[in-house]
Amino acid sequence: MADATVQSPATPLGIAPDMARPAVQVVPVQGIPIVAVVIALLIVAIAGNWLWALNFFHVVGGGLWTGIDLFVGFIIGPILGRMSIQARMEFSARFMPKMVLLMPTLVTMTLASGWQLARHLSFLTVAYPQHWWLVASFIVVGIMAVVAIGILEPANLAVLFELRKPHPNGELIGRLMRRFIYSAGITGLMQVATLVIMTRIATW
Amino acid sequence: MVSGEAARRNTAANLDRRLPPIAELAVASMIFVISGGIYLAAYLPESAPLGTAIGLLIAGVVLLLANVVALSRLHDFAWDTFFLVGRWTLLAYAVIAGMLEFVFVVDQTRGSLLVVMTLMLVVFAVDIPLLLAFSVARYQPVRRPVGE
Repeated sequence: MADATVQSPATPLGIAPDMARPAVQVVPVQGIPIVAVVIALLIVAIAGNWLWALNFFHVVGGGLWTGIDLFVGFIIGPILGRMSIQARMEFSARFMPKMVLLMPTLVTMTLASGWQLARHLSFLTVAYPQHWWLVASFIVVGIMAVVAIGILEPANLAVLFELRKPHPNGELIGRLMRRFIYSAGITGLMQVATLVIMTRIATW
Repeated sequence: MVSGEAARRNTAANLDRRLPPIAELAVASMIFVISGGIYLAAYLPESAPLGTAIGLLIAGVVLLLANVVALSRLHDFAWDTFFLVGRWTLLAYAVIAGMLEFVFVVDQTRGSLLVVMTLMLVVFAVDIPLLLAFSVARYQPVRRPVGE
């Protein structure tokens, strides 16, 4: 049976002012213990020089980071761009808080374990011109960090705080979401470069 | 209580408000310290000449300080939201920076190289909370003391 919904008159920006919206929790508190366990295990793996664990953290973290970036940048992003602001708000209220915890954890996991792995497997000691591949990976990660931390994350947080207001501004949310989608696309492209570089390094 | 229309007008006013380029300066400062980190890493396993890295670090610190000054001159700003977001993101990025510092120490990084890398991490760990807190607070309503 189809659910019947009563729509209030929408504002010029497409937001029904009195429509029930999901409560927005900026940081999902229930996820923090999981993050703490992951970080603790990562520290143990680094301190104990556990090659298998470092490999596990790098492959799992890197795979998820790359996959999520590509999926959000090229699949979710364009879909979201075509949705109404009301629908984007509904989606964002549920999606963005998860990204606030997930992405920094995956990035920390991947980079810290990757660096240690490169040291243990002597990738850091290879001479130029092969060393350029490593430098290229540092540059790509640097660009991704600037885009993610400088553009994507501020937009993400600002949207979440706007959604907590009793009367969110649809124009602001639309503007910030556009920024989020474009920057997710750029990090997606950078992830393609990462895939090329990492598969090249792995087959030296 | 603030009406819905008043709240919308408030956000719309924040949207049009011209503020100093604090977010842009924070990103520029971040670019300097990240570039410094990439420069140092590119020389491994040899030690990089520290002059360029120190220059990039100084540029990052100068922009960070300029940002703090610009922020301190802001009036009618949602400082409660700024400090709320800033506090928690500072905690999160202190954990991330601490993790990276731990990796440097485990990898036997010592001396002036460790000092430069640590200072870069400090700039990074302060820059990001400042950027995130400002990016959120700029769109939030300003709470004025009762009677104003």
